Amino acid sequence: MSMMGRGSKADVGPLQVRGEVLAVRRSGDYHVLVFAAPGVAELTAPGNFVAIAVGGQPTAMLLRRCFSIHHVDTAGALGGTVEIVVDAHGPGTKWLVDRVQGDALDVIAPLGRPFSLPKDPVPCVLVGGGYGSAPLFMLADRLRERGCRVDMILGAATESRLFGVVDGRRRASTLTITTDDGSLGTRGRVTDVLGGILDQHGGQVIYGCGPMGMLAGLAEVASQRGIVSQCAVEEAMACGVGVCMTCVLPVVGSDGVTRMTRSCTDGPVFFGDQVRWDEVGTVPADCLGAPVVEGGAGTR
Amino acid sequence: MSNVVDMRAQLASAALPSPVLTASGCAAAGRELDRFFDVTAIGAVVTKSIMASPRSGRPTPRMAETPAGMLNSIGLQGPGVEEFIRKDLRWLRERGARTVVSIAGGSVNEFAELANRLRHEEGISAIEVNISCPNVESRGQVFACDARAAGSVIHAVRRHTSALTPIFAKLSPDVTDIADIARACVTAGADGLSMINTTLGMVIDTDTMRPALAGITGGLSGPAIRPMAVRCVWQVRQALPEVPILGMGGIATGLDALQFLLAGANAVSVGTAVFNDPSAPWRIHNELAAALADRGFRSVADAVGYAHREEVTI
Ligand SMILES: Cc1cc2nc3c(=O)[nH]c(=O)nc-3n(C[C@H](O)[C@H](O)[C@H](O)COP(=O)(O)OP(=O)(O)OC[C@H]3O[C@@H](n4cnc5c(N)ncnc54)[C@H](O)[C@@H]3O)c2cc1C
Ligand SMILES: Cc1cc2nc3c(=O)[nH]c(=O)nc-3n(C[C@H](O)[C@H](O)[C@H](O)COP(=O)(O)O)c2cc1C
Ligand code: FES
Repeated sequence: MSMMGRGSKADVGPLQVRGEVLAVRRSGDYHVLVFAAPGVAELTAPGNFVAIAVGGQPTAMLLRRCFSIHHVDTAGALGGTVEIVVDAHGPGTKWLVDRVQGDALDVIAPLGRPFSLPKDPVPCVLVGGGYGSAPLFMLADRLRERGCRVDMILGAATESRLFGVVDGRRRASTLTITTDDGSLGTRGRVTDVLGGILDQHGGQVIYGCGPMGMLAGLAEVASQRGIVSQCAVEEAMACGVGVCMTCVLPVVGSDGVTRMTRSCTDGPVFFGDQVRWDEVGTVPADCLGAPVVEGGAGTR
Repeated sequence: MSNVVDMRAQLASAALPSPVLTASGCAAAGRELDRFFDVTAIGAVVTKSIMASPRSGRPTPRMAETPAGMLNSIGLQGPGVEEFIRKDLRWLRERGARTVVSIAGGSVNEFAELANRLRHEEGISAIEVNISCPNVESRGQVFACDARAAGSVIHAVRRHTSALTPIFAKLSPDVTDIADIARACVTAGADGLSMINTTLGMVIDTDTMRPALAGITGGLSGPAIRPMAVRCVWQVRQALPEVPILGMGGIATGLDALQFLLAGANAVSVGTAVFNDPSAPWRIHNELAAALADRGFRSVADAVGYAHREEVTI
């Protein structure tokens, strides 16, 4: 399967802009935050993310929080709007969902390398775990514009942790749902139904966004079938712009060498067969520059 | 109305157009930040500490946010000095940015080798020697925590560096008497001192009930350590009134930077604040210019050490 270069306009972006909250609405366990962010919508491709400062100024929360871009509207109010899906669980995400219309937001976007699109109009299967489905609807639109058939699978622990069921039904040729507890759709994991969907509709590319374990599963299925997978990962990020080296994971380069690779600038989207999924969170012994003796690594 | 402040700064023989620099490890090699502000406008880009060979760094998680700060345990990930020269240093030179190259090693020899390799490279305003790394020849004892070990590293780097290139020893605050280490570095040939590096800290994840970082401990940075950094600059300025100081630790605004100048720093580095605001170095330059003007200073130099005046004047 041949893929196009990424649809990013990296030379222009990212922008650091003052955004303004337009709306916060609930969706299951999540909140959808809609904000104006001048100039961002035009530059955004599916898979890009935003980094938002939280806590107001001055704040004890120094680090920006990162979110996949769910939806953009160039025609929207105040120079274009952006939507993100927030799972409020810690202090930063809770602060964000407590914003009200008119509040200011300090936004950097679009960040990261977006999904690559297939050159030919081949069938694609889009798989989202929990709020990981957020960027997939924009992606479905781009794929369909190119004549690709889109089938979608959404999975979560339970019904309230699914995101975008209605949206998915509207955009995909088929939507399959799985929940761990069987509260909606098939009881089980997305990987339990993926094989059947691929058989039925002849998917040539798997796109995924969600927990690491799920992405590892998708990449495995793709490699067994000799098809392409593209996975958007979520690693803890301190800067989001490529300067701190906190967000790394072991990725095999085109030269066959494994490097600890930044997921904020070289990702968050990687080809599934590039990531050494079983070794995420470790430094593989054959990684470029891996310590020769255990404990030999320096500090700071 | 406001008088124009002369923002030039002097770090030993290096003349800089601004007293605001980036901090090592918080700006990569400048390229990513150049999308947010003009990296040629600030004092200099201080590059991520480079080692002789490529280095993978530590496993993840490598960071944890803490109140007004963060812990990091990167483990000096980098491409090694050859690729650094070929790609990063070249980009900085072609871009026209002033560059302070930070070097790190596991032995005195590695530091010497690095200095030697950089010796004939053009476009290096100064070398910052990151001695806050473990000495593999001394059971991992950190160079910066031992006056003799720190002195040997600085001596070796000085010997392999052109006399025209100033070298700055970067000090750790995790010592009993920072002025002692500072003196040892200056005696060994350091032209100036950078301070402070991060201070060692730790966070336990209360869900997993294990250390939050894969490296267990990490370096604490950000506004949380600012008072400690200002104190270090103050003490070293008092002990060594003539030695140039590059101050850092939690600088997030122009007034923060002003504190460092008043305490005795000749210039400042902005580190962790960049993660919150990638254009922070240039913003802080402007805020500092305004703060100096407001106080009637005509130049950066006039403000350096000004808080010590009761002791230096009548
Ligand atoms: C590329 C990318 C896309 C993301 N997309 C979404 C999304 O669409 N919706 C959503 O709800 N969340 C998303 N996340 C995760 C989100 O960034 C974290 O949940 C959030 O930062 C947690 O902040 P907190 O203050 O609530 O929690 P805390 O746990 O208190 O956060 C403390 C620190 O850890 C970091 N952190 C904690 N968990 C994560 C995590 N899972 N990923 C990255 N950093 C983390 C935070 O940035 C912060 O610095 C994404 C993360 C990345 C890297
Ligand atoms: C993610 C990160 C990486 C760092 N890497 C280095 C490094 O490679 N070499 C070094 O001398 N200091 C390094 N530092 C320390 C900073 O240069 C600086 O001394 C310290 O963080 C205090 O300043 P700040 O509070 O403005 O960040 C690093 C700091 C952080 C946060
Ligand atoms: S988050 Fe800083 S380099 Fe990726």
